[in-house]
Amino acid sequence: MGVPAPAKALRRFPTGRLAFVALIIVVMGDGAGRVALAGPVEDAVKGLASPSGETILANIKQLSTLGDPRGIAALQALTDDRLRVGADGNAWIYDKKTRDLVDPFTGAAAPPSAKPAREVETDNDIRRAAEPVLAELQLGSPEASVRLGAAQELSRSGSEGVGALLHRALDREKDKGVQDALAMAVARVDVGSNDANLRLAAVKLIQKSGNDEMLGELQRLLGVGADGKPNEPDDRVRDGAQDALKAVMNRRRLITGIGSIIHGLSLASVLLFAALGLAITFGLLGVINMAHGEMLMLGAYATYAVQTFFQSHLPNFFGLYLFAAIPVAFFVTFGVGVLLERVVIRHLYNRPLETLLATWGISLLLIQSVRLIFGAQNVAVANPDWLAGGVELAHGLVLPYNRIGVVAFVIAVSVAVWALLYKTRIGLNVRAMTQNRNMAACVGIHTRRLDSWMFGLGSGIAGLGGVALSQLGNVGPELGQSYIIDSFMVVVLGGVGRLAGAIVSALGLGIVNKLLEPVAGAVLGKILVLGFIILFIQRRPQGLFAIKGRTEA
Amino acid sequence: MRARERLLQFHDKKGWLFFGVATLITTVLIPLLNGMPKSFPLAVPDYMMPLIGKFLCFGMAAIAMDLIWGYTGILSLGHGLFFALGGYAMGMYLMRSMAGEGVYRSSLPDFMVFLDWKTLPWYWHGFEHFWFAAAMVLVVPGLLAFVFGWFAFRSRIKGVYLSIVTQALTYAAMLLFFQNATGFGGNNGLTDFKRLLGHSLQDPATKKALYVTSAIALSGTYLLARFVVTSKLGRVLTAVRDAELKTRFCGYESTRYKTFVWTLSAMLCAVAGALYVPQVGIINPSEMQPSNSIELAIWAAVGGRGTLLGPLLGALFLNGAKSFLTAAFPSAWLYVLGGIFVGVTLFLPQGFLGLADVWRRRRARAAAAADKKAAGP
Repeated sequence: MGVPAPAKALRRFPTGRLAFVALIIVVMGDGAGRVALAGPVEDAVKGLASPSGETILANIKQLSTLGDPRGIAALQALTDDRLRVGADGNAWIYDKKTRDLVDPFTGAAAPPSAKPAREVETDNDIRRAAEPVLAELQLGSPEASVRLGAAQELSRSGSEGVGALLHRALDREKDKGVQDALAMAVARVDVGSNDANLRLAAVKLIQKSGNDEMLGELQRLLGVGADGKPNEPDDRVRDGAQDALKAVMNRRRLITGIGSIIHGLSLASVLLFAALGLAITFGLLGVINMAHGEMLMLGAYATYAVQTFFQSHLPNFFGLYLFAAIPVAFFVTFGVGVLLERVVIRHLYNRPLETLLATWGISLLLIQSVRLIFGAQNVAVANPDWLAGGVELAHGLVLPYNRIGVVAFVIAVSVAVWALLYKTRIGLNVRAMTQNRNMAACVGIHTRRLDSWMFGLGSGIAGLGGVALSQLGNVGPELGQSYIIDSFMVVVLGGVGRLAGAIVSALGLGIVNKLLEPVAGAVLGKILVLGFIILFIQRRPQGLFAIKGRTEA
Repeated sequence: MRARERLLQFHDKKGWLFFGVATLITTVLIPLLNGMPKSFPLAVPDYMMPLIGKFLCFGMAAIAMDLIWGYTGILSLGHGLFFALGGYAMGMYLMRSMAGEGVYRSSLPDFMVFLDWKTLPWYWHGFEHFWFAAAMVLVVPGLLAFVFGWFAFRSRIKGVYLSIVTQALTYAAMLLFFQNATGFGGNNGLTDFKRLLGHSLQDPATKKALYVTSAIALSGTYLLARFVVTSKLGRVLTAVRDAELKTRFCGYESTRYKTFVWTLSAMLCAVAGALYVPQVGIINPSEMQPSNSIELAIWAAVGGRGTLLGPLLGALFLNGAKSFLTAAFPSAWLYVLGGIFVGVTLFLPQGFLGLADVWRRRRARAAAAADKKAAGP
């Protein structure tokens, strides 16, 4: 065992080792310090700092009998090779962060009289003896997180002789998470037991939790030995194992499914960013912007540029660079969009097919320009600290913060777009124009100006999508190309110029895509989806949410 | 004579003369120049033959594109798919014809041995016969185009919608062909061809023969397309392009016309692809990239849609420029191409031939004005 149990357990919590020491202080309640050197625990801890291996072993046993969680810190330090014998003969813990000696009970810094200190010699025997005792003490800890860590570690190692200890701990455990981990630990120990009843109870426990850590054990139970006889002599246990295996596989499938949905949601978010803009421009202007994917790409590169700027000029505020990147990306792409509309697209409003070609040409120009400016290689945009990592929802199911962030961001942007279109004067004008452009112009709506603003808005939303995309993966000049066809499909499926349509079909496409991936493979899944859309629009050429617009489609 | 009148509908006499000269140059003169000794200043070196042959194949595809876009007003962004399918059918024959001569000396194509396949997939059977492969060049893309076109046109999918869907179609096919499991060599496609109808593809004579075949096929494609667009059917196609609803109200079932010309165009494209593959020696899924199909459309746009000659010249010109620029100024080519996309659509909606038309008309008007002046009061 490389890293001792509790250290590994602790690393799963954001606090870290110092907090562990602090926690012990809290546990103790009083900062008694070295003055009160009385009591059996104190004696035993002092005894750990002995040059004799036998004395150490005896004191470990003593700590085990005492069962007082105050011994945890010292034992932990012992297994980590951080326990020191001070010049005063007392036991001290070497703190790696402060590089100083601290008191094993209070965490207070050691007085000068303790120094110099030397390391307590440990060997494998000592460590082997210390670890179960440490786990045992931790299982008795009043802090649920400490118990959970110990239980998880025990469920992984499942060393002999801890069975009874685990059973005891399981019986008195109240916390749900710790209970599960303890149950796994019990199961792991018991499944190798000679008592068929214990083995049966173990597989029942596995079945209840569905945890796939024990998959190997179950398969071994169900397997057939070299002599042709089943590994498991007892029928009941075999049946139980069969059921447990089924439960484990079901749970595993569920977790993969949920994982796919999470990935699908974030893909859907990116698609939605692209499709929102497309839906607006297509619905309002009746043109398809083939350079729309490049707006995603420009947004992502804008994020990269802001990130680089923060790295070199404002390293102290690096965690905040995303908040600067959002407006930068939006206004860069908004500007490019408006410029595009003014220079090119405005002149092609009556020729939608040619617009397609012209915007394709623009996308080539944009890609090549970015390639010349930033290089043809992909660049990496780092997640700020607060978007790195994720929450572990269940064993094996991690919900990454960056994906949560992207989904939240797209929701916010969709709400903003909805509010803009349905709650403001501009939105009213835009909707009027979508329905009847000439009439809208007659009642005094400045249609030309709105055209270019809306084109800019669509591009800007795609630019925001680029910010989101930069948080999910690498950024390269061809980034937009891989999303453009999918986002067209979203628009085709959702119907032209409909926000709700775009949202529903982006969600649907994103999730279906990712759900098909584990079943059919990434490529085949995509082909199936494309095939479905081609068939779908045979039936409903106007998309899911058809409106009677005036777009010639 | 009726046939004579019909032929004169294709072109006036000057046009026929022009056509005859152009055909003679491509089918006779260039091969002759290829045969000249190297010291001859106008001699066409051997390596040029497949290159020009390739351009002629692109020209055929551009004419096919013009039929569907220039005359019928349907912008297909998926014609690269039909081109590639024709190419794959030819590639499959070339692979089968060299059974046992691959790197692994197996009767299966090399990539199948590599993938550890034991038997030939069912859809590869028959391709050892040239006639079968040649038929498949027409049948497979034709059938696909017919089915897709029939359903798409019947549901009144048109305009940019149709363009996007055709693009999705070729994209999906590209993803499919990239898969090793599809059975067409995956990423690498089909390559390392040895012989066509028993003649080594390395042999300059074979190359010359392939070139001449391409040139004749191009002339044939041109005449066929000219025949279609000058027929009554061609008039209906133009009517569909300009006012589909009115055409329908006049009693023409536009779906049938569109499906017909769509399928014909796909098959012509496939023939171009089939001739293209032995000359470049490889076919892989990147031919189905959406960008290839869009480039096909811009060839037509640059030359001038609805003229047949324009798209052909556009294809020759743009591909020549591409060959030159990607070698000489690699980073400039995308700028040029992008600029052409934007510039042509903005400033030359009728393409270069349209520009020529404008000049001719202006000159005629100037001449008429001069006549009037000369006639005087």
